[in-house]
This record gives sequence, C-alpha cells and structure tokens, in this order.
Amino acid sequence: MTREIHFRDALREAMSDEMRRDERVFLIGEEVAEYDGAYKVSKGMLEEFGPRRIIDTPISETGFAGLGIGAAMMGLRPIVEFMSWSFSLVCADQILNNAPKMLYMSGGQFGCPIVFRGNDGAGGQLGSTHSWCVESLYANVPGMKIIIPSNPYDAKGLLTSAIQADDPVFCLESERMLSMAGDVPEESYTIPIGKAHIVRPGTDCTIVSFGRAVHFCMEAVETLAKEGIDCEVIDGRSIKPLDIDTIVASVRKTNRCVVVDQSWSFASVGSEVAAEVHRMCFDDLDNHVYRVHSDDVPAPYAWNLEQEMLPNAHKICQAVRGVTYTA
Amino acid sequence: MPEANQPTRAEQNTPSEVPPPGHIDGPFDSRSIDLGRIESLQVLDEHGQVEDGLDPKYDDETLLKVHRAMVLTRAFDARMLAMQRQGQMGTFAPNLGQEACMIGQVWSLGPDDWFAPSYRSFGAQIWRGWSMEHLMRLWAGYHSGFPPPDGVKDLPFSIVIGSHVLPSVGLAMAMRRAQDAHCAVVNFGDGAFSQGSVSEALNFAAVEQAPIVFVCENNGWAISTPIDKQSGNDVLATRGLGFGVRSLRVDGNDILAMMMATQEACRRAREGQGPTLIEAVTYRMSLHTTADDPSVYRDESLVDAWKNRCPIARFETYLANRNLLSSEQADQVRAACEQEVLDARTQFRETAVAEPRQIFDHLYAEMPDELEEQRLEYLRRLDRKGVK
Repeated sequence: MTREIHFRDALREAMSDEMRRDERVFLIGEEVAEYDGAYKVSKGMLEEFGPRRIIDTPISETGFAGLGIGAAMMGLRPIVEFMSWSFSLVCADQILNNAPKMLYMSGGQFGCPIVFRGNDGAGGQLGSTHSWCVESLYANVPGMKIIIPSNPYDAKGLLTSAIQADDPVFCLESERMLSMAGDVPEESYTIPIGKAHIVRPGTDCTIVSFGRAVHFCMEAVETLAKEGIDCEVIDGRSIKPLDIDTIVASVRKTNRCVVVDQSWSFASVGSEVAAEVHRMCFDDLDNHVYRVHSDDVPAPYAWNLEQEMLPNAHKICQAVRGVTYTA
Repeated sequence: MPEANQPTRAEQNTPSEVPPPGHIDGPFDSRSIDLGRIESLQVLDEHGQVEDGLDPKYDDETLLKVHRAMVLTRAFDARMLAMQRQGQMGTFAPNLGQEACMIGQVWSLGPDDWFAPSYRSFGAQIWRGWSMEHLMRLWAGYHSGFPPPDGVKDLPFSIVIGSHVLPSVGLAMAMRRAQDAHCAVVNFGDGAFSQGSVSEALNFAAVEQAPIVFVCENNGWAISTPIDKQSGNDVLATRGLGFGVRSLRVDGNDILAMMMATQEACRRAREGQGPTLIEAVTYRMSLHTTADDPSVYRDESLVDAWKNRCPIARFETYLANRNLLSSEQADQVRAACEQEVLDARTQFRETAVAEPRQIFDHLYAEMPDELEEQRLEYLRRLDRKGVK
C-alpha cells in the first residue's frame, strides 16, 4: 500500500527493511544511535535493532569508514552514515583507495559490499566547507557506484538496491530534501542502479539532471511551457553507472540537450554527459549541449549569494532558451 | 545542597579512592596519572646469550623451522633486489635485518587467523603460505599474483602507508561479532604511526576490545626521515597506553622475544582480552625501496653498528648453544634456501606472463554495462595490435 512519507522516512524504511531481512546489515556513524541521527534519518532504529547494529562512533570519519570496509571484507553489510559528504573528504583514502579497489587488488578474493550515505550539496547557509557536492570528484574513480535520489520513492528503492549490491555504493542525499513528502509503498522494493527515469515527457529539449537539481528543472519547465517550449526532463537517478542510453534516445527525439548538475563545471558529471551526448548524438543535435552548474566559487555563506551560486530555475530557463534559439 | 560538615572534593582524595584512568569524574590534583607500564622484552642479548630465566624453551622442530624461514626470507630478499636491478621487477622493498620481526609476528597464527601485511612483509607472507614464485608475480605486477593462495587469510599488502590498519580493526570487530574466536595481526612501520588513521585504529580497537595485535616495526627510517624527526617520543609503544591499549616494546632483532610477545598477544586477543600494540625495535639495513639510495642521507657507520645485532647470527648462536645447529648445518640451510629461491625464479620466468586481458577483471562484482563496453573495446584494440 502506498502512502505519503518524508524523504528521511523513506531512507529509514530502506535501511530497516534490509536490516530485518539480512542479519549482516548494520548502521554505523556519528550520532546515528542515541541521538536518532543528526538529521533524524535513523530515528527509532536503535530501539528496534539495539546497539550492536546501530553504532555510535567517535568523531572519526577515517576511523569508522575504515572499520566498515574491514567488516564488509569479512562478509558483513555495513551502512556508513556521513553526517555530510563534506566530512568524507577527511577519509578519502579509505573510501577511494580501499573500498573501490579491494576486490580488484585482491584478485577477486575480498569484495566490499558497503554503502556510504549522507547529505551532499548545499544544505542552506552551511558555508563553503560544509556544502560540498562530491559527485563529480568521486565519479572519476572506478570501482564504486553512485546513486543520487531526488524524491522519497526513489530514495527507498535506490537505497534498498544499494544495500543489496555486492559493490561499494555511495548514496548522495540532500539535507534540503529530507522533509520532502512523497508517495512511497509500504512494502520493500528496488530501483535498479544505473537506470534513469523520464520525469516529464516533452518534445523540444531534453533536460538531464540529478538529485535536488531535478526540482529546479521542474520549476523551470513550468515557466518554459508558458513560452511554448515543451521540455523532457530526465532524472539520472544514478551517476555511476550513468544511463546514457535513456539520455541519447531522448536527445535523438528533441535534438537539444541541457545538463543541470549542481557540481562545479570543470571535469564534472555535466561535462561527462555533454561529451557523451556530443559523441553519440553528433548528427542529431541542433545546437551544442548547454550546461548549468554551480558557479566556480566556494559555496557562499550569505543566503542570497548561495541561491545565486547554485543552479536555479532562472539559469535553467536561460540555458533552454539558448539551446532552442528562443533567447 | 551539600551539608556543612561534608568533606570537600580535595579532602576526599585519599590515595585509596583514586579511580581508574578514564574516569572523568576523578580527582584533579597534582598527582600524576598512571597509564600503565610499557613492558620491554629481550630474551637473547646481542651475543646470542639467553637472559636469565627467560628462555621460552620452544621445541626443536619449531626453532629450526623458524630459523629456516628467516634464512629463506633473507635469500629471497637478496634475489629480488638483484632481479629488480636486472629489470625483472617494477619496484622492490627490501627487508634485510628485519627477518625476526617478519617471522616472529606470524609464527603463532593459525590458518583461521588473519594477517594484514604491509609491503615489506614478504617473509611473513612466505610463512603464511605464499609461494615465492607467487610473490615474484605479485611484485612484477602480474594480476595472477594479486589474490592470496587458497585458504590463506591475508589481506592484499598495503602500499599506502597505514591505510590498512583501520580495515584490519574492522575485520577483527566483525570476527568478534561473528563469535569467531580467532585474531588478526596487522603490520606497519614507524612512519605509518604518524598517520592519523593509525591512531584512530588504536582508539577504535581499544573501545571495541577488538581481537587484534598491532605490530609496529620501528626500523628507524621512513625513507630518509629518521625516527627522531618522525616522533617527539621515540618509544612508540607509549602511544598505545594513551589509547588504553596494552603495549610493549620488543627487541625486534631477537626472534625469541618476538615469538613470545606475539604468541601471548594473539592468545589474549583470541580469549577476548583485547588488543595489544607491539613496538618491534629493529633497523632498516638496506634501501627503503629500489627507488631509494640511502647513501645520500645516512651515515653508513650507523648500519655497521646494527650488523652486530643481526637477528639470524644471534639466533644461530643460541641454536648452536642448544646443539641444534652447527655452523656447517647453518651453511647447508643457507645453500638449500638459495637453491629454493633460484628454483622459484626459474618457475617465475618459465610460467609467468602478465595477461593483458585481465585488466578489467574484478573491478566490480556486478560489471556496469558502460564498463563492459570499454572492456570489449580494449580487447578489440589488443586484437588489432595482434597482442596474444
């Protein structure tokens, strides 16, 4: 049965369902147990699963990320919560050097079935050090998968797939979406990692986006529809692997493409999508791919500057008008 | 409200009421805090003589097996260095002078205990069941050398300094959760101890009472950085006490001391008595790696002083005193080990090839489609170039 719940509840349902189903799954991170999670994602889980499976840690990201990797190599299925992906930078060696390479470097002997999850992107006046979008940085590394749900339904289905996966998966959430409500089935279900979703069909321009920025796109297409521009919006759902086939099929229909990616533009997920679309749709395009990113500055602390720096509906409208020659 | 005749906090601080370390509600006066003691262990002195009453009296077979393993480690070390110089290995990290550390830290492990080596740990790997030919393929960079032999519970050796210590603690914690009554030994060096992650590992191990033994081989050098530039306190074992980890300092060139210390530490770990840190004091007689030339930063007279502390010579004196090994027999062991290494080299040269088609293998448990396409393109490229 489907009912309306919040994004954070959907994440919790995915974790709790998998913990009930599979004894090997456990949650570890700062504040996840007694405090119910810094953002209440794990609310009530300590009560249900006890301190052996909902584990509070010292403030030591390298420490608990590394422990999780060792536990995964022994056959457990850790979910490691970062209060923010910004804090994952201190444990880059563990999450980029150990987790994604363990299977490879052990010649297939020790897999690393682990999920790292937490808030990614600007949380709202958290300042430059706490507002990281890590997707473009980390997507460069082979050996792991990256999911980036944009709504409660996807959050539950994608995270469930991630916990069941035999490879390391990074789940990028957004503090700004945790209270977003949406229809979510009560029962457990999976959404395949690496399959995009067409959120809105359209004929004039394909807009590709990921995570929170999908909502900026939906805001923009309302405005554009009034101007007579009918956009197709694709929510990538996963960044790695990237479902380029769905994107290409759409662009072959619309002949125009705008990528909206909340990371900085240089060597980014957006530039990767653009490169692939240029390669695979060279003869289909009426214009080059337009890209909307955050401006190349550290995230500002002032609220108005932060809004201006991030992708927003205004920037997206401008890009679509440009790519469709209606500016 | 306190009653007027209650003693003050300071007055309550009689010595008998001093709480154990770790209690933050304890007294704050001028007394020092006792974190425990660093046990220091040497059984054989530099002349191979046993310290009074300390001889562990291991059986003859064990002693001779350990001796042979140390000699084989040294023979392998010399041959690998030569092979690297001849262009048959990418890089190599010699182990000369650290043979007692190597064998001592793993000799008491069983097949269901885990070992997490660093790159200089090949002597321990041979003891654990890696063939020398297998290790040659590993050091040459062939993918077939990556996985440990069947049934050998060793992690891939860590090349990033200290990177494997936290996963080793996680592995030990998972063993404890699974009520698996075995232990893990993780090996790292004095340089690795400067990595924050190694301190985090000690902290977690202490909090969780993980069944793990940390063996820090303090060989005095991190490439060109000497221990006095690495640490303001050159007794690295003291750091363990600060985290609440039982800690000891062992003569790393004394095989009997290493055997005793690790046997005891592993036993405690398996019995649920928590982690131990062993600082094995030794010396890097040779290069950091083949990419290094210590003559530009190290006075060779320092090395000469350590030649007198050779772990193998010291052990042979002990074995001779026990009438277990004559100098002729020691020479025979050396010759047999040298031949075994040469045989491994022959096998390596005859059978090993780096298989270019394996480059995408084991990158994912579930291969993404885009990567499978890349892999197929890579294979077509090899075919076009005529690569077999």
